[in-house]
Amino acid sequence: MIYVKLFLSFLQVGLFSVGGGYAAMPLIQNQVVELNPWLTMQEFTDLITIAEMTPGPIAINSATFVGIRIAGILGAVVATLGCIFPSLILVSLLAYVYYRYKSLSALQSVLASLRPAVVALIASAGLSILLQVLFAGETVALEHLNAVGLALFAAALFALRKFKLNPILVMSLCGVGSLVLGVCLG
Amino acid sequence: MNKPNRKVLLQLFLSTLYISAFTFGGGFVIITFMKRKFVDALHWIDEQEMLDLAALAQSSPGAIAVNAAILVGWRVAGLAGMIVAVLGTILPPMIVLSVISLFYAAFATNRYVALVLKGMQAGVAAVILDVVLNLGSNVVRTRSVLHMLVMVCAFVATFFFGVNVMIVIFAAGALGVASALVAARRKEGVQ
Repeated sequence: MIYVKLFLSFLQVGLFSVGGGYAAMPLIQNQVVELNPWLTMQEFTDLITIAEMTPGPIAINSATFVGIRIAGILGAVVATLGCIFPSLILVSLLAYVYYRYKSLSALQSVLASLRPAVVALIASAGLSILLQVLFAGETVALEHLNAVGLALFAAALFALRKFKLNPILVMSLCGVGSLVLGVCLG
Repeated sequence: MNKPNRKVLLQLFLSTLYISAFTFGGGFVIITFMKRKFVDALHWIDEQEMLDLAALAQSSPGAIAVNAAILVGWRVAGLAGMIVAVLGTILPPMIVLSVISLFYAAFATNRYVALVLKGMQAGVAAVILDVVLNLGSNVVRTRSVLHMLVMVCAFVATFFFGVNVMIVIFAAGALGVASALVAARRKEGVQ
């Protein structure tokens, strides 16, 4: 049944995304593009873009978006509940341990080893989004390269690294740039 | 803990709703806003405890904003507070994304919207890789050979060999537990 499937998929996203921020992204890609035929890579890339431009955690944004497209409003509610369910249990458990022992050092040393893996997973998901931008799902070859996409990506990365511009501003400028170039170039 | 009264619950709900609706850019930002509201403005939680709650929220699996709402809600008004704070946190993104997904099909086929979206995707890729470069250089700066090895292996496994991400997280977590145990034993040996 689709509701159970949605719930269990986003339960795994909630359970295995450690470290916040983008940590959920590779897990969402795994669940909704690779393990289940719910979104294409193009739709997933659109979803991440929308999630970046709107308030709220990526995981909650994704649960709502995927849930509603697959099974309507109820699907969105079920997927979101699945996503927050592990948090409800685990955070309460950790809070209990914290108030009891006032020490987090063992937990933090485990987290320290998880962090490099999470960075690698985010890098992997980020690169697959970049490939989607540059080659739009075609094979990676020069004749399929989207030159405008490459130019915007390079300019955006430069602006972020060199001038530490606000990410939302950078994304908006890229959107405007793409619109102007697209209309001018026809 | 006192019996939570309606006024506190309402204020908790409205505060988390407001913070969630206007926070772009994820977990770390939302914790700053929560501190400003619950520590500085309302004096419900003291600063040191808020820092500990933030560390807990970041250490637990799941979205940091939701984890922080669970902890703050529980701390302020028990179970009812927890439910109210979580609802306040997830309702704004749920409503916004519901509306967007209803229009998405029409949205994505419009030529001009598609152009804007395409450009923003190039920006998103840059934002993510910028974050990755920052996080990655932090890992390199620890000078831990083990951590660098984990990072490289995890990347090669997922990007080139398509290994399931949950397996990678499991393996890294197991390694973390093992190295924590080894470190603890070494410490015992020294003493």
